Amino acid sequence: MTATREPIASGDVAADGVLPERALAEAAVGDRLKKAWEEEPGLIGFLTTVNHKRIGRRYLVTAAFFFMLSGISALVMRTQLVSPNNDIVDPDLYDQLFTLHGTAMIFFFATPMNNGFGNFFLPLMVGTRDMAFPRLNALSYWIFLFSGLFMFASLPLGMAPNGGWFAYVPLTRRIDGLNLDFYSLGLLFLAVSSTVGAINLIVTALKMRAPGMTLNRVPVFVWAVVTQSFMLVFALPPLDVANLMLFLDRRFDTRFFDTSKGGDSVLWQHLFWLFGHPDVYIIVLPAMGIISTIIPTFARRPIAAYPFVVLATVATGIISFGVWVHHMFAVGLSEVSQTFFAAATLTISLPAGIQMFAWIATLWRGRVVINTAMLYALGFIVAFVMGGVTGVMFAVVTFDQQVTDSYFVVAHFHYVLFGGAVLPLLGGLFYWWPKMTGRMVNEKGGIWSFVLVFAGFNLTFFPMHISGLLGMPRRIYTYDGDYGWTVWNALSTAGAYLLGAGFVVTALVFVESLLRDRKAPDDPWGSNTLDWATASPPEHYNFPVVPTVHSLNPLWDGRSLPSMAEHRFEDQRTMTEEHMALRTSELDARVETVMPMPGDTIVPLWVALFLTAGVVLLLVGAYLGAAVAGVGVAAVVTWWLWHRPAVE
Amino acid sequence: MYRRRPSVRVRLPFLLGLLLVAATATGCAGEAPSTLSPSGPKSDVAASSWWILFGVAAFVCVVVIALTVLAAIVRRRARTVHDNDAKGFVLTFGVVIPALVFGGTFVLSVMGLQRTSHPQTDPDTTIQVIGHQWWWEVRYGDGTVTANEIHVPVGQPVEVTLSSADVIHSFWVPELMPKMDMIPGRVNHTWFTADKAGVYHGQCAEYCGLQHAHMGFDVVAEPKSDFDSWLADQGSDAATPTSSLASRGMDVFTSTTCATCHTIRGTSADGDVGPDLTHVGSRARLAAGAIPNDRGHLAGWIGNSQTVKPGNRMPPQHLSPDDLQAVVTYLEGLT
Repeated sequence: MTATREPIASGDVAADGVLPERALAEAAVGDRLKKAWEEEPGLIGFLTTVNHKRIGRRYLVTAAFFFMLSGISALVMRTQLVSPNNDIVDPDLYDQLFTLHGTAMIFFFATPMNNGFGNFFLPLMVGTRDMAFPRLNALSYWIFLFSGLFMFASLPLGMAPNGGWFAYVPLTRRIDGLNLDFYSLGLLFLAVSSTVGAINLIVTALKMRAPGMTLNRVPVFVWAVVTQSFMLVFALPPLDVANLMLFLDRRFDTRFFDTSKGGDSVLWQHLFWLFGHPDVYIIVLPAMGIISTIIPTFARRPIAAYPFVVLATVATGIISFGVWVHHMFAVGLSEVSQTFFAAATLTISLPAGIQMFAWIATLWRGRVVINTAMLYALGFIVAFVMGGVTGVMFAVVTFDQQVTDSYFVVAHFHYVLFGGAVLPLLGGLFYWWPKMTGRMVNEKGGIWSFVLVFAGFNLTFFPMHISGLLGMPRRIYTYDGDYGWTVWNALSTAGAYLLGAGFVVTALVFVESLLRDRKAPDDPWGSNTLDWATASPPEHYNFPVVPTVHSLNPLWDGRSLPSMAEHRFEDQRTMTEEHMALRTSELDARVETVMPMPGDTIVPLWVALFLTAGVVLLLVGAYLGAAVAGVGVAAVVTWWLWHRPAVE
Repeated sequence: MYRRRPSVRVRLPFLLGLLLVAATATGCAGEAPSTLSPSGPKSDVAASSWWILFGVAAFVCVVVIALTVLAAIVRRRARTVHDNDAKGFVLTFGVVIPALVFGGTFVLSVMGLQRTSHPQTDPDTTIQVIGHQWWWEVRYGDGTVTANEIHVPVGQPVEVTLSSADVIHSFWVPELMPKMDMIPGRVNHTWFTADKAGVYHGQCAEYCGLQHAHMGFDVVAEPKSDFDSWLADQGSDAATPTSSLASRGMDVFTSTTCATCHTIRGTSADGDVGPDLTHVGSRARLAAGAIPNDRGHLAGWIGNSQTVKPGNRMPPQHLSPDDLQAVVTYLEGLT
């Protein structure tokens, strides 16, 4: 059994917080690597970087920005609903707000936020120097940014999507204006980013793990990100197809969803939820991976029942493709299919139970250290079990039909998505903040952040269970005072403001940390994974010497970390010429070769700009112009493929 | 003396649990169209399922939260760490026990489906409900057409066929029956029984555009004899105006744009865009539940319905004040 270490134990960390093993390695090759991995300063560097940490940080900042915008739209909605028959916003704006809130939170916050952590920490955790396809990585960020701006630009134009985030046809086929074209084009555009991002993460995790990191030594977070990425690759096509058909129906009067001409309005629902249900886990799995990272660190024990946790993660990814019809129990499908999907819905709850009790077992086996990141992790368990039990209820078809499309469902999925994703993401932010910025946060401020956010979250969403059971449908811009919903709505609104205050405090805590000079050591928490064997913040090349991984908890096994010092004179591990990284085998991470890696380039930005031009031209109906932009994309991509690092 | 302060995490679920109890109480006492005060067999099944599910769920939450919070508190001061891998614990609590619970849940689900799929006796009454943006067209088997107010005989199963004229709507009367969608190009068959006489609020539950919020209806459950006479009344042609003001109202109605959208049986008005108004005066509410049916609201609605229900399909009617009064008088008389 591996030994655990205390946080910032004085014995093995030098006074300036540098791990002695890394100090030795840096002394040997640090200067040469700094030169090889140097980046252009200033704006040029900003636009041309392909470094996974800078891109990961951008993902986090951009997603947080979109989170803020979507959160503000939610606050406006809650203000409208604070009392019956309010007219702070008109129905048209309200419909745009709730659609944009849902669409943006799912597509432009949760998934990219996960991607930000994956981008920054997956390469660090597997012990490599960059993502497998650094230029593709830059491309996926730029597309994410531009598609998000495209989507949000619709709101000031008064043309934000207004068909609900799942945009059911034929309503969305019939709504005039550009609103739903922003939706279908924006999501198609974003899908390019998500797809290439997912492939990049999969390849990085499979081909670039440090020597010795066999599959049974891969951190749970990495398993979760890889599972999520595979899910994205398989779940996005149905959504893309659906959005393409919607766009064609709206613009060229095709008849995919036109029931009067033999089209089918339920087809959209099948396609959408075939994407939509896996998407819940696309959002939640990496967040759960963050929990599986935080808890062992602060319980000071390796994760309990690791093989089960990994199996549960992968099983969730697979089963999630077989439960979509439980979103459609009121459609009037046959009882046979309802029964089947009820059973599937129950089945998918099993893997979640496994992970839940693995975390609890980890806590009981260790000695728990409480700090902000850990509080968020514990808060996650509380919220997620409450969202989980209401999820199981939907397997009871009659009950589901009673509460679906009511505020009960709104409560449920906010417990799952806010409790199951936002709380872990905040936990991850507090956990990795010292690594990302090199600064420690004020713990007292962190605890305030947790208390306000957790209390605000519960006060906002718990009463929605009740208003839903009392018969309040979702997506209504106002309600009558006679139905007994008023008090619950007022509570929810109060909670929303408390939650907003919590986020303001959270932001202040991070800003304060950046302004102060509390330098973070390499490994402030005494963690178990390789990301903490780097400088805080990591150098461009991450690891001066690629270590040999001897266990699932390389920083605790007493062998993996010293290997950094041992290998410091081996060219294959230091790779000091140019940008290079190790390629290893998929299953047992044996060294295959040293790969040349591409350097800074502006090309991905050009591709993204041409794509943006194409999407905007499609939106305004300039199809010829869009075709020209398409040719531009093809030209730049051709140039890109010609200039591979190995060829240069 | 040493007293441990309860932590935030302990207090919150407790408070929230209290809230839920309070909610249930208000749900039963108030006028909420609550799923927890069922008045028919289908909602009964859903409500009793809920209480079973709620009991189990609350128990699971308490156990998991207690284990988590206790772990955090107890293990903070612990001197020892445990060396086992806890696989047995994880399998027992994460797989075996949940599998048993889920097995039970599945049985509950299947039993519920069985109990709600068909009524115990064959329904005598068939009602066709057609969703429109944003109102409900209601047709009875004998050809009677009305809107937004569905009368049913109490204690008898009623067959309902659901369809839509435009986009997807969903038919939901929380106290009587769970949702069933109304989908263009499809016809859904369902049923419900009202066990107690009364007025039950129903509402569209699938987002259907601007005025989704104002797409309500009432189900009036009444003794069979009352229902029969109501149906006979509704099936008859519109009442002939009895006053000169009402006669003028009829003339205005049939000679202006009113008649292009609305039908009043027994007159020349035969539009089919908006609700049938043959017996509009008998309904308790107007505009799919948005406003009460009284003189002031009716006049306001005809004058400019867009201020009441923005985006609805009825344009403002530019009638002279006298004409407006006449039309209101006429329509109010159509009981």
